[in-house]
Amino acid sequence: MGGVTHLDLRPVGTGRERQTVARAVIRFAGDSGDGMQVTGNRFAATAAVQGADLATLPDFPAEIRAPAGTLAGVSSFQIQFGGEEILTPGDRPDCLVAMNPAALKVHLPAVAPGGLVLVDDEAFAETHLRRAGYAANPLADDSLQGYGVVAVPMRRLTKEAVADCGLTNREAARCKNFFALGLVYWLFDRDPEPTRRWLERKFAARPELAQANRLALAAGLHVAEALELFPVVYRVGPAPAPPGRYRQITGADALALGLITAAAKAGRTLCYASYPITPASDLLHRLARYKNFGVVTFQAEDEIAAAGAAVGAAFGGALGACATSGPGLDLKSETLGLAVMAELPLVVIDAQRGGPSTGLPTKPEQSDLLHALFGRHGEAPLPVLAAATPGDGFAMAIAACRIALRYMTPVILLTDATLMNGAEPWPIPDPAAIPALDAPLHTDPATFLGPYQRDRSTLARPWVVPGTPALEHRIGGLEKEDVTGQVSYDPENHQRMVELRAEKVARVVAEVPPARLEEGAEGDDLLVVGWGSTLGTITEAARQARRRGRRVASLHLRYLHPLPANLGPLLGRFPRLLVAELNTGQLRWWLRARYGVEARGLNKVQGRPFQVAEVVAAIERELEAAP
Amino acid sequence: MTTAAPPYRPRDFASDQQVRWCPGCGDYAILHVVQSVFASLGIPREQFVVVSGIGCASRLPYYLETYGFHTLHGRAPAIATGLALTRPELSVWIVTGDGDALSIGGNHLIHCLRRNVGVKILLFNNQVYGLTKGQYSPTSPRGMVSGSTPFGSVDAPLDPLRLALGAGATFVARTVDVLTRHLEEVLRAAATHRGAAFVEIYQNCNIFNDGAFDPLAGRDVRHDALVELHHGAPLRFGKDLDKGIVLTGAPLPAPVVATVAEVGEAALLVHDAHRDDATLAFLLAGMAAPALPVPIGIFRQVERPRFEEGVAEQISAAIRRQGPGDLAALLAGPETWEVE
Repeated sequence: MGGVTHLDLRPVGTGRERQTVARAVIRFAGDSGDGMQVTGNRFAATAAVQGADLATLPDFPAEIRAPAGTLAGVSSFQIQFGGEEILTPGDRPDCLVAMNPAALKVHLPAVAPGGLVLVDDEAFAETHLRRAGYAANPLADDSLQGYGVVAVPMRRLTKEAVADCGLTNREAARCKNFFALGLVYWLFDRDPEPTRRWLERKFAARPELAQANRLALAAGLHVAEALELFPVVYRVGPAPAPPGRYRQITGADALALGLITAAAKAGRTLCYASYPITPASDLLHRLARYKNFGVVTFQAEDEIAAAGAAVGAAFGGALGACATSGPGLDLKSETLGLAVMAELPLVVIDAQRGGPSTGLPTKPEQSDLLHALFGRHGEAPLPVLAAATPGDGFAMAIAACRIALRYMTPVILLTDATLMNGAEPWPIPDPAAIPALDAPLHTDPATFLGPYQRDRSTLARPWVVPGTPALEHRIGGLEKEDVTGQVSYDPENHQRMVELRAEKVARVVAEVPPARLEEGAEGDDLLVVGWGSTLGTITEAARQARRRGRRVASLHLRYLHPLPANLGPLLGRFPRLLVAELNTGQLRWWLRARYGVEARGLNKVQGRPFQVAEVVAAIERELEAAP
Repeated sequence: MTTAAPPYRPRDFASDQQVRWCPGCGDYAILHVVQSVFASLGIPREQFVVVSGIGCASRLPYYLETYGFHTLHGRAPAIATGLALTRPELSVWIVTGDGDALSIGGNHLIHCLRRNVGVKILLFNNQVYGLTKGQYSPTSPRGMVSGSTPFGSVDAPLDPLRLALGAGATFVARTVDVLTRHLEEVLRAAATHRGAAFVEIYQNCNIFNDGAFDPLAGRDVRHDALVELHHGAPLRFGKDLDKGIVLTGAPLPAPVVATVAEVGEAALLVHDAHRDDATLAFLLAGMAAPALPVPIGIFRQVERPRFEEGVAEQISAAIRRQGPGDLAALLAGPETWEVE
């Protein structure tokens, strides 16, 4: 299939036609308080349960409740779902749900030509129009020419539907996102039952709210049907997927489950210490609920203390982990250096966001790569990994813990704002099939030469935890004498220890799967290299270009240090390289430093992910520029 | 993990490392007392962990034959908190100095105290930065001339005890390096306190701030310049305990010196370390030379839940309620579907 599918959603009649489409992109947009994230997530869950493949892109402002009705306060949630493999949340929505003029103003430019715009026309009153910067009502003039527009008085219809639930006016009006969801369910032929069950669970303590939202959802479905709002019902069949049991998962969920699984498989207590920071806090919220897995969560007084507590727990024999974002990674640099020197296992997850400084707290960027690789004083190498999709966070969290424990080293796992909040269908792994995580625990005084005697193959030092009789010893941030671990200022020893620590991290390459092409073949005209959350977009772009006959391959890196052993030779088999990343060229710089390869960059720093079309255009440009 | 400890001698707690403080440093005396107290507690040696920050005092773990972690400047309370949270059965001690605990690490200290983590914090207060060669510290008196304040410091000093009390510390004490018997008593009381124990130790830096505490602890003056606090006992001092402290004045009574023979013992202020509110402890901590003798001993000792116990209780309650975690159920989550 070539190009992005745009549905023809213009209302052309009153008949009820059913049309099957391969995929569709919907964007829900409204005020921060309109519940657009909940609405979008419910649609995604429903689509997933019905077997569609999907990818989601939540996008919200840093302010919790920006002034109502302003452009700054618009929150949105985009989903692409389909009966075929879906790799990205989609470039342009086929259907925009705009709950107010500001949402329309911000998001209309993205809507595909001929797309459907579904609005709550009651929200288009004078004051709201003015707040959104509209001089005239766009529903009343020709602003929306070329789009299919369906205007429904959602607020009034919702309030009528929930009139008997005993809610306040305000509470009743807040149910209108489920009314809108009902409309969209009808349009895309979705089963409302999973949402009804979810409402029961969610509002178990407030049954009147469960009931009201159920009624609002039902009213949306009824209104769509009774008023024949949409000429066509779109059907999206189940996507082909390997057999098995599936669930929907967000990046934050996947990381939480990965950390818990890793701790269980290592037989260690998980000590997760964190300071609230967007977009990493969700991980703390998730883990704090899993106390029956013995998870110790600690909300520290600051970012430094969070890392410190995790290192203290690791000294005591626990699996210490933290998550943070750029500003917090700055503050954790000191502790990471200590963990490098003390050679203690520690996993720090960095949910990257736009920087520098406070930057764009809720928007994705991949600009912490070089910080993760090098952002410590002294020679302080450590392994750096990156998750590529929301669900991939599970496997990468386990991989990070496995390396940290086996090699007695801090590990940084990079993720970003889109991955944390984004969701996808996920084949549920069988925990019994996940191998145990090993650590060089040591309790035998007869074979103990000192805290810095090393394992011959991994170069890891032994992990002798307090409470072990007859092995009392001291470690710390001062340089250690090889083997004995005594404080040493000996020049030769320092050089040896610096080299040993670097060699230990280099040997982590044994844990790194060989780089393999996602698309294309060796010898193609161009190789697109990416890392992190851009996997779906780059893969989709390469597929589209290949369908047009372009000889383009793609490769995605999950291990940034050490890089896969075969990467250098593999890069050498392509005449041209394009490194696509959401920064100004950090991976490109790293590849050049490591392999001396010249690459071109596709670089975007707008607080937004790549669109497939942007990557396709860059591929075309590179191929045209061919000598 | 409370196996019976073998009978230890203090030297069983001496590591094989050569002690490298300046000759004459007050830290030596503290080290010996710590070794002696550790040997007497009936705790197996491998159960001790001494965590320190950066500074002269923070070198102490290297000289103790226990588990030790010499960490980052100011961060020892944070690191020890993670350790205590996951290994509550250990005896965790923090060794720190006035710069380490009150300047760069002030935030970690107050949060460790307010959470009541079961750690024992020994703050060696010498009112100067020693390891960086003699800059004034957050406890240096105003006007102190140092390398960084050639014309005298203009900072007001911080009072460690009132900071600790303000943070809600459940055990707050002060002692002096040269008063080894007093030091030993206070450390033993700290060791058996169930929550966070905060001990300020006046410690002489004979290189950069020699004699800072001589006006209080000098052999000839200490009977008049210090007053020992004992729970339930009146505040008496002087060579023959002939002087005492009475509270007088309105609307807020203030401590003043009285002659016991004149006012009678019944009029003296009686120390109550176990008072639920910290007002008396604050008042005592505010007693300053030269108008008043400076109190040493235990200002406050109250029982509060330990942080790590609260955390552990939530975990065991969750396990009682939901049963131990089932990984397969966790990974599946509440909503699944089958692809044939």
